[in-house]
Amino acid sequence: MSTLHTVNKSPFATQALVSCLNHAKAGDAILMIEDGVYGGLSGTGLTEIIEEFGKNVSLYVLSPDLDARGLDAKRLIGGIEGVDYAGFVDLVAKHDRTQAWL
Amino acid sequence: MSDVKKFLYVNRKAPYGTIYALESLEVVLIGAAFEQDVALAFLDDGVFQLTKGQNTDGIGVKNFSPTFRALGDYDVQKLYVERESLEERGLSEDDLIEVVYEDEDDDWEEKPAIKVVSRAEMADVMADADVVLSF
Repeated sequence: MSTLHTVNKSPFATQALVSCLNHAKAGDAILMIEDGVYGGLSGTGLTEIIEEFGKNVSLYVLSPDLDARGLDAKRLIGGIEGVDYAGFVDLVAKHDRTQAWL
Repeated sequence: MSDVKKFLYVNRKAPYGTIYALESLEVVLIGAAFEQDVALAFLDDGVFQLTKGQNTDGIGVKNFSPTFRALGDYDVQKLYVERESLEERGLSEDDLIEVVYEDEDDDWEEKPAIKVVSRAEMADVMADADVVLSF
């Protein structure tokens, strides 16, 4: 049993991503969408904590949201995978439940 | 279809700055009317929804905090509140409203519906749900 978590807010504006990381279980997946994709960037004040949690959960970003913000996938924290909308659907189908962190 | 699913309503927003909290409560009441297994989770700023003594006379919006006390009548028996979220905000269980339900398996005795749980226990509650609705 595992959960797909989605986060759609910048971690520099709200607690959503940090709270999500604090409640995710090993084997869960976290997909950063909309302004949530800023949480995937390397070299930020949150990179270290995200890398630490990333050891137990799979991290994804929605590539169209990354592209829209002019962010190159090369700037992502290592191990974060970009997915398109079809990949988003696959993630939803693969997990037992989806939990949105708004 | 008689399948009862476990619905968890996750509340992470304070009550009056946005419409999320009120909308959550409306949806909870709808879900409960369909006789599903309903539980509520309050964490982060969501714990502010349950504080005692709310008075909205001066801001021209409805004070919906008394409505939580009616949840017991809809057979909603589980309001999980995260201890760490309370403590981070200088709150304790004493600052929260009382919500009770009547336990049909125990001679209809009134029991508290609010259960203060640790962050780890809250993660278990979330992982145990069939459907998670976020507000």
